[in-house]
Amino acid sequence: MAKRYSSFRSGSTTWLLQRLTAGFLVVVLAFHFFNLHFVNHAYNIDFAGSQVRMQSLGYYVTMVLFLVTATFHGVNGVYNALVNQGIEGNAKRAAQLVLGVAGVLLIVQGIRVANALAGF
Amino acid sequence: MSESYDRGLVADFGRWTEFSAGMWAWVFHKFTGWVLVGYLFTHISVLSTSLQGAQVYNSTLSGLESLAIVRLLEVGLLAVAVFHILNGIRLLFVDLGVGLEAQDKSFYASLVLTGVIVVASVPTFLTGAF
Repeated sequence: MAKRYSSFRSGSTTWLLQRLTAGFLVVVLAFHFFNLHFVNHAYNIDFAGSQVRMQSLGYYVTMVLFLVTATFHGVNGVYNALVNQGIEGNAKRAAQLVLGVAGVLLIVQGIRVANALAGF
Repeated sequence: MSESYDRGLVADFGRWTEFSAGMWAWVFHKFTGWVLVGYLFTHISVLSTSLQGAQVYNSTLSGLESLAIVRLLEVGLLAVAVFHILNGIRLLFVDLGVGLEAQDKSFYASLVLTGVIVVASVPTFLTGAF
């Protein structure tokens, strides 16, 4: 019988959300890399070009969703990796607090950046 | 039907020579995940220069892109992202119970495909770097 390796308790809500965000991120991360390294080269990126992209509502919404789902997926992944290593009690609560606050701050700052680039 | 792993086997790095393909996939996925989440915070920090105006944003990005080490790190980031994406797709299928018997082969396929994509992308990433 094949063994299943995962840091998540199968069937939990965070397990499901991790998979749902993964499905979205697989597509958008590939698009992001392709768009900003192959269609537009990273060494040619400038404010004016970023502004043109961000002023497209579809692109802006996609990038904000990308930020939110990537932050959740990353922070949730780190938290579950720590729980999987056996943290509990105060350490577990501290991890929840620090990662939760860091995630919220990252999303807020990311949206500020998106707004600055879009000219909002 | 799958069964839970014995974490002791994975956690005890001294027994890495006994790791199966599935365990290596777990280790690589975790490592690439840590790199990507770390990069996400760094990425937003760099892009935050846009809050100080176009000139600061442009000079920061062009300054970073002029460094060969940054270009090389971008190739590394591509490798990490491509593996995480491909192995992530593999994990989604495994979670759905699809291809569980071939999960070792799909891990090797993820590694090979990552290598091919990264090598093919090197010229694009390193243009003008040296």
